[in-house]
Amino acid sequence: MTRNLITPAQNTWCPGCGNFSIQHTLKDILAGMENEGRSLDNVVLVSGIGCHAKIADYLNISTVYTLHGRTIPVATGLKLANPELTVICCAGDGDAYAEGLDHLIFAAKRNIDLTMIVHNNRVYGLTTGQYTPTSPLGFKGKSTPTGTAEYPFNPLELMLAGGATYVARGYTRKMPQLAALIRQGIAHKGFAFIDVLQICASFFNMTEYYQSRVYDLAGHDPADFDQACKKAREWDYNRDAPIALGVFYEKGYPAFNDRFPLKKAMTAEERQQQIHDLFVAAT
Amino acid sequence: MKDISVLIGGRAGDGINSAGAVVAWLFSRLGYYVFVSTDYPSLIRGGHNFTMVRAADHPVGAYNDRFDYLVALNQETLDLHAPHCPDCIIVANADQVKKPGSGQTISVGEILKEESAPPVTGNSAMIGAFAKAAGIPWKTLEEVFTAHMPKAADENLRVARRAYGAVNTVRPVPVLGKAPLSLITGNEAIGLGLASGGLDSYIAYPMTPSSTLLHYLAGNAERLGITVFHPESEIAVILAGIGSAVAGKKTAVGTSGGGFCLMTEGLSFAGMAEVPLAILVSQRTGPSTGLPTYTGQADLRFVLHAGQGEFPRIVVAPADAGEAYVWSDAALRLAWKYQVPSIVLSDKSLSESTYSLRYEDLALLSIGERGTAGDNDVPYRRYRTTLSGVSPLAFPGTTGAVVKTNSYAHDEDGITTEDAALVAEMADKRRRKETALIEELAHLPCVSTGGKTDAPVALLCWGSVGNACSEVAAELGLRVIRPLVLSPFPDRQFTDACTGVERLIAVEENATGQLASLVKEHGGRADATVLKYDGRPFTPEELKLRVQEVLAS
Ligand code: SF4
Repeated sequence: MTRNLITPAQNTWCPGCGNFSIQHTLKDILAGMENEGRSLDNVVLVSGIGCHAKIADYLNISTVYTLHGRTIPVATGLKLANPELTVICCAGDGDAYAEGLDHLIFAAKRNIDLTMIVHNNRVYGLTTGQYTPTSPLGFKGKSTPTGTAEYPFNPLELMLAGGATYVARGYTRKMPQLAALIRQGIAHKGFAFIDVLQICASFFNMTEYYQSRVYDLAGHDPADFDQACKKAREWDYNRDAPIALGVFYEKGYPAFNDRFPLKKAMTAEERQQQIHDLFVAAT
Repeated sequence: MKDISVLIGGRAGDGINSAGAVVAWLFSRLGYYVFVSTDYPSLIRGGHNFTMVRAADHPVGAYNDRFDYLVALNQETLDLHAPHCPDCIIVANADQVKKPGSGQTISVGEILKEESAPPVTGNSAMIGAFAKAAGIPWKTLEEVFTAHMPKAADENLRVARRAYGAVNTVRPVPVLGKAPLSLITGNEAIGLGLASGGLDSYIAYPMTPSSTLLHYLAGNAERLGITVFHPESEIAVILAGIGSAVAGKKTAVGTSGGGFCLMTEGLSFAGMAEVPLAILVSQRTGPSTGLPTYTGQADLRFVLHAGQGEFPRIVVAPADAGEAYVWSDAALRLAWKYQVPSIVLSDKSLSESTYSLRYEDLALLSIGERGTAGDNDVPYRRYRTTLSGVSPLAFPGTTGAVVKTNSYAHDEDGITTEDAALVAEMADKRRRKETALIEELAHLPCVSTGGKTDAPVALLCWGSVGNACSEVAAELGLRVIRPLVLSPFPDRQFTDACTGVERLIAVEENATGQLASLVKEHGGRADATVLKYDGRPFTPEELKLRVQEVLAS
C-alpha cells in the first residue's frame, strides 16, 4: 500500500525555513523505502519540541511528539520494546544540546540503534530568537542583547568523544547529500548522529556564511578516528574556517540492542507459575 | 496470644540484615507469622544497624518498642537497646562486648578459629547462640540453613553448632507447628504483583527505598521474562517507560520522591498522550534528600498533584506485602485498561520490611482488558473519541496503522491542534476516562474497614501505618478506615465506611495531615490528627498512647 506521506496538517514553518528541506528529504527517503518493498509500518519518527518538531505532524507515519530534549529516552524505550522498529529522531539544537544533552551523550555511549537528526539552526526559533548551545560567542539574541559570553559546543567533537559510531554533518541547502547522509545513517546499525546546518530564515539566516565555506569531505577515511577528530575540529562553530560536510566517522560495533538480553516469550500461565514458584521458594 | 520480638544489632557491614532474615526463617519454620524491619543509616560501613524480627501467632506488620531477645554483635547495641528492655534475654559476641550484663556471651573469633571457618560465617554463631537461648530445636536450624544457604550450609552449621552448645536455654519459644509461610518484602511483592499484571519491562534509576525492586526484578528478569533497564536518570526512566509503552509493552518505573520530582514532566506527558504506565513511588523522609533510609508519608499530596495540567491518574497505597501484590497487579491492569498513569505509593516501612504471606491467600482483583484496535478502526485514529473516553489502542508496527502519540493538545489523529473546541473536546474525553474508572473502582475494595467496624470512634489512615492502627484499634475497640485508592478518591465507599462514626482520628506519618485534608476536600472531616514525622514508623505502643491522649481530650 502506498500511502500519502504528507498529512493534511497545515504547515506553519516560515517561508525559506530549512525545516522544509529536511522534511522533503525524509519524505523522499520514506518513499524510497516503500518502493524497495519495505513497509513503513515499522518506522517511527520521534520529535522533541521546537520548530523542528512539527515534522511529526506533517509526515504521515507513526510518530511520538515528545518533550523538549526528550527524543532519545523515548526512542530508547521504543527500541528496547520492539527492536524491529526503525527509529528516527528529529531534534533541535536547543533541544538536543541543552536540555537533552545528557540523553544524547548516553545514546552515543550505548550505541543504541537509531538515527538522530539534529536540525541545528543555532537559534531558538519557536521561542522567538534566543541563543542555543551552538550559537557563536557574542550572539545577540533576545535573552542576550549584548551578546553571549560563552563559546558554542562543537557537537561533532562531543559525539566522537561520547562514542557515537556514525557521525556526519549535512546542510539544508545540499539536499542530495543530506539524503545520502540520512540514508546511510538509517542503514547504520548503531547510533547514527547527523548534525544538520539548518537555515532559520527568521532569526539566524546563515545562508551566505555557509554557502561560501561548506565543502565536501573527499578522500577522508571515516574509519580513522583521529582523522575524524581532526576534521571535526577544523570548524568549531565559532571561528571562521572551512566547513566540512559528509561522514566524519563510521565504525561497525555491536548496538545496544544486540547486547541487551532479550526476554523470552512467556504465556500468562507460565508467568503465574514462575510467580507461584518464587513465593514457594521464599518459604 | 504469642508475640515475640527479637532485636539484632551491630555495625553497618556486619550482615545484620541477613542475620535478621535467618532468625525470621527460624520463626517461620516454627509456625509463626513474622515481620522484619531494618533500621540503618545511609552508610555502607560504620554506624549502627539493627533488625527487628517480630513473630506472632497472627499476622503483624509493625515492630514493637519492647523486645524479648537482644542479639548484640557489639557494645553499642547493648548501650542503645538494653536499657529499654530490662527483661530481655541477651546473647552477645564476647569479642566486641565489654559489659554483657546479664547476658550470655560467645566468642565468635574463637569459634571461627577452631572451625577454620571464614569471617562471613560469624553471624551463624550468633544465630546458633540465640536459637539455643530461645530453645529453638537444632533441627529447625538445619532446615533453614540447608534451604536458604545451600552452598555454604555445612560450614555455617558447624559454626552455629559450636555456639548452640555453648549457651543455655533461658526462655524457650513455643513451637506452633503450622506450615511455614512465604517471607516476602513489600518491594518483592510489588514486583511479583506487577509481573502478575503482565509486566514486560521495568525501568528504574537506583534510589532508596525503591532500589530493591530494581534489584529483585533484575535478578529474576530471565525467570519472569521481564526486560529490566537502568538508564541515566529518572527523566530518562519515565521517558523510556513511555516509549516502551507506546511500542506496546506493559511497563513500570520506580523511584522515591526525589526521583519522582524529575519524573513529573514525563508524568504530564503520559497524562496528555494517554500512555499507560505504572509508577512505584516509595516514600522516604523528606523534603529533598531528607533521610534516605528512613520512612515517611509526606508525598501523598505530591503524587496526587504532580505534573502540570489536569489528567486522570490512579494512586493506590497498600499497607502490607499482600495488598502490595494485589494492588500492583491491579495498578498495571487499570493503567492499560484506561490508558492513564497509575502510581503505587509505598514507603520505606512497606518496601523494605518482610511479611508472611501465602500465595493461595492472595485473591487478585478482577479487571478485564479493554479491547485493542480492531477492523472497525481503519483508518486508525490514536485518540478516537468514544463514550468511555478510552480510545482503541494500537502500536507502531501494526499493519496499516499510523499511530501518532502527542504531548501537545491534539485531534483524534494525534495531530497538534490549537482549535478551542477540539482542545476542550479532547479534555472532556480524558475526563470521561476518569468517570469510567470511578465506575470500575466502585466494584473494587477501595476502602479497607477494620477493627471494631461499628465503633463510633475510628482511626483514619493510609498505607503502611495501617498495620499499627489495626493493633491499636483491636486493643482500644476502635474502627479503622483506610482508603487504599487515593485517586480517584472513592467518595462513596469512604462515606459508607464512615457510617456511624462520631469521631475520626487521622493517623499519619507526616506533619500536616495530608489524608485528613484530602478527606475534608471530599466532604469528610477528621476531628483530630496523630502525626509523626521523625523518619521512624509508629510502634503500636507509641500510637496507643498518642491515641489515648486524644481520646481523653
Ligand atoms: S523560526 Fe526559523 S526555524 Fe522556525 S520555522 Fe521560522 S525559519 Fe524555521
